[in-house]
Amino acid sequence: MASSTINVPNASPVVGSRSFLSRLRNGDEIARVITFLFAASVVLITLLLIFELWTGSALPRHKFGLHFFFTKVWDPIAEQFGALPFIYGTLITAGVALILAVPLGIGAAIFLAELAPQKLSDPLQFFIDLLAAVPSVIYGLLGVFIVIPIMRQFIQPALKNSLGFLPLFQGPAYGVGFLTAGVVLAIMVIPYIISVSREVLMSVPRDQREAALALGSTRWESTWKVVVPFAKTGIMGSIFLALARALGETMAVTMVIGNTPTISSSLFSPGYSIAAVIANEFTEATGDMYLQALIELGLVLFLLTFILNGLARLLMLLTTERGSGMGQV
Amino acid sequence: MVVLALAGLVLAQSALLINGAGATFPYPIYSKWFDEYHKANGTQINYQSVGSGAGIKQVTEGTVDFGATDGPMNDDQIKAYRAKNSAGILHFPTVLGAVVPTYNVPGVTSALNFTPEALSGIFLGRVSKWNDPAIANANKGVNLPGNDIVVIHRSDGSGTTYIWTDYLSKVNSDWQEKVSKGTSVNWPVGLGGKGNEGVTGLIKQTPNSIGYVELIYAAQNKVPYGAVKNSAGSFVKADLASVTEAAAGAVKTIPEDFRVSITNSPGKNAYPISSFTWLLIPEKFKDTAKRDAMKGFLKWALTDGQGAVENLSYAKLPKEVVDKELKAINKIQ
Amino acid sequence: MNARLRWRKLVSGFMLTMTGVCALVAVSVLFFILGYLVYHGGNAINWDFFTKLPTPVGESGGGMANAIVGSAKLLFLASLLGVPIGFFGGIYLSEFSGSKVAFVVRYAADLLNGVPSIVIGIFAYALVVLPFKHFSTIAGAFGLGLMMIPITLRSTEEFLKAVPRALREGSMALGASKWKTIMHVVVPAAYRGIMTAILLALARVAGETAPLLFTAFSNRYWSPGWNQPTASLPVMIFTYAISPYDDWHRQAWAAGLVLLGLILMVNIIARVILSRGVAVPRS
Repeated sequence: MASSTINVPNASPVVGSRSFLSRLRNGDEIARVITFLFAASVVLITLLLIFELWTGSALPRHKFGLHFFFTKVWDPIAEQFGALPFIYGTLITAGVALILAVPLGIGAAIFLAELAPQKLSDPLQFFIDLLAAVPSVIYGLLGVFIVIPIMRQFIQPALKNSLGFLPLFQGPAYGVGFLTAGVVLAIMVIPYIISVSREVLMSVPRDQREAALALGSTRWESTWKVVVPFAKTGIMGSIFLALARALGETMAVTMVIGNTPTISSSLFSPGYSIAAVIANEFTEATGDMYLQALIELGLVLFLLTFILNGLARLLMLLTTERGSGMGQV
Repeated sequence: MVVLALAGLVLAQSALLINGAGATFPYPIYSKWFDEYHKANGTQINYQSVGSGAGIKQVTEGTVDFGATDGPMNDDQIKAYRAKNSAGILHFPTVLGAVVPTYNVPGVTSALNFTPEALSGIFLGRVSKWNDPAIANANKGVNLPGNDIVVIHRSDGSGTTYIWTDYLSKVNSDWQEKVSKGTSVNWPVGLGGKGNEGVTGLIKQTPNSIGYVELIYAAQNKVPYGAVKNSAGSFVKADLASVTEAAAGAVKTIPEDFRVSITNSPGKNAYPISSFTWLLIPEKFKDTAKRDAMKGFLKWALTDGQGAVENLSYAKLPKEVVDKELKAINKIQ
Repeated sequence: MNARLRWRKLVSGFMLTMTGVCALVAVSVLFFILGYLVYHGGNAINWDFFTKLPTPVGESGGGMANAIVGSAKLLFLASLLGVPIGFFGGIYLSEFSGSKVAFVVRYAADLLNGVPSIVIGIFAYALVVLPFKHFSTIAGAFGLGLMMIPITLRSTEEFLKAVPRALREGSMALGASKWKTIMHVVVPAAYRGIMTAILLALARVAGETAPLLFTAFSNRYWSPGWNQPTASLPVMIFTYAISPYDDWHRQAWAAGLVLLGLILMVNIIARVILSRGVAVPRS
């Protein structure tokens, strides 16, 4: 179309045609180079991080290979390391978190997007954004002193009495464990689900709703059967984003999960997550194999969140294109 | 913000700061010592109680100036230190302490008696209820509930774990075979707490739990702890006398590097789960000010400092050991 | 109205009420958290907390003065790393770059943003602590600064892009060079938005604990200069919360209140400024 020099919409329209010397004299070329270096440093740092994770985990990768992912044993003395209990714990707690947070989050998002008048919806969203700003260690603090006792004294015994025939709810009620960690994580990821889903729902074109209502559906039916499916990919994106957050969460989980590398079918059982074991054992890993096994766990976590974040962005991209540009997302 | 930064810089010029990390076992007495020493001559010794495992690791890496552990470094670790730092590392015993079985059993306020079989059975997961005969037979007259036992161990690399597993390995061949001893072991059952502090905290909050902590943690936090049957057959509770007696046998034969285990030691009233705890001091210091400060502190801790230990339920070092150590301080260059 | 319609209307009313309940639950969690912190922490906050150093373990009293200053130093240093890279990088993306380069840089920034904070800690340990053989404020600030980069980068780019073209064209028509246009016209126009974005980035990393665990470590005393371990509010909260001492629990609540109070205050101020839309003037 236009000349090859015009490639960014709001860049100066005459950038290519001035001579190099005049650009240099004006300081433009220097500015370009300097700002480029800063931008490039971001890429370099990221590459360096991946490099460090990869080389820092060389020993266990060579020794255990893919077995690392399927071994249950974590024995620093015998130098036998397996990631399975940590992967299990990470996934289970994230799973519990999503099961609790997704219905609640989408419900709240529907309320904020469809039902609440602007004057109510915006301030409520403001508060929910504030919830997203609460640091992990504060959730951990509340987890230790409030959630754990409530779980141990009320919720876990109640679950045991009513649903104890399920293997999920068997075993002694410690208070700490997968369920507690899942509950704390759920509280932490709800704001993400709500804010992204709300934006996506609000960007669904009005005519969709109105067409459904015109055809005689109730308010709920038009929301649930027309608007939400329209925004489906964006909502999925928000769930992936929340999942990525839940997987990488360290402090709150470490304080309530029980710190035991166990795989158990019971949600009451104490367990361990990848981030928690790194936080607890990194400074004391004597011996290269031990330390590098922990770094390999870090690499695994990095890859998991990387894939999830990528999927989330993809889904969000697909949604904005579908939303036919109604409002900014 | 700028003012604070400048303030930070100004404070930089004041007293000497030495960094150490390691065992949580002696943390109460160390923190008291460092505070007293700081008041006496201004040297700031910043000690972080992160567990013996981390103490060994960080002093080997050189990221802290000294370490502390209740599980002495093994030969491989000493070799690794020498390889990384082209000099050796010295162990200096500082106090004697005891690891006690603490518990939180609803309705039980007295001190329970534990046999070696009971303890190893509980931690192996074989004894799972409080009213199991292994426990009940030693505690006739105590009303033990039929609740499940919640085992609590350390989640971090711990010298206290080393002492506990060292004892269990000596008294139970199954334990020796299945789990053996170390600062970080493959626990058959239980929850993990971080540091002696974390374990005590968990026990306080978790009914029907049992764990192992250094004596002062149980005492300061008013958590009941039990007596253990020693090799002479008597049930002994940890206190100054029983811990001192446990060390008495080892005093004559203590090796030159001071690495010795005194668990399950002979002696009619010896407490079987006692141990020295060591400071890990590098043989060579690059910074002479730090070296002199460290030597000064060691001399103080081994002499004046010993006066403060009994208040915190640690036992003083035997005189012969102190004498040997004072001589060994000269090895630090 | 037939029965089926009545039923559907009932369901509709019920479900919509449920969504209201969901929203109520979500929002009330925030107030519940704040309420608890104020209740527990409010009792514990006293003058000592802000001015005294920690006492030996097991003894009551003392405060977290060194942790407060430590956190301030960490944030100051972190912004020295995170803000320039984000700011100038954002300028590059918005004003100079071609779309391919912009895509790569943005992708890298998104990647960095998604890295779990504990992994950032590993990276900072390997890069700063080991070579210098020191736990230090610098190492901790490096980790926190890394986490600030993606936020400041993306925000700078977005706010600069939102400045109307006419402003740029007008400036260049008057003969100003590109660089002068950027520094004297475009950036000042987007100034407020960028400042609030930086504040939000600071608020985000102020509460991070995991990257500090093996970089800044912790310190019972004042941390002199920048090359020594330092106490920080989040790490103290963690250490005290899992301990068995009631006095330490008390102090953990107080620290939690102070930390959350500051973070929320910054967030509220920043968001109010942004939402008023005065970040970028309409031309």
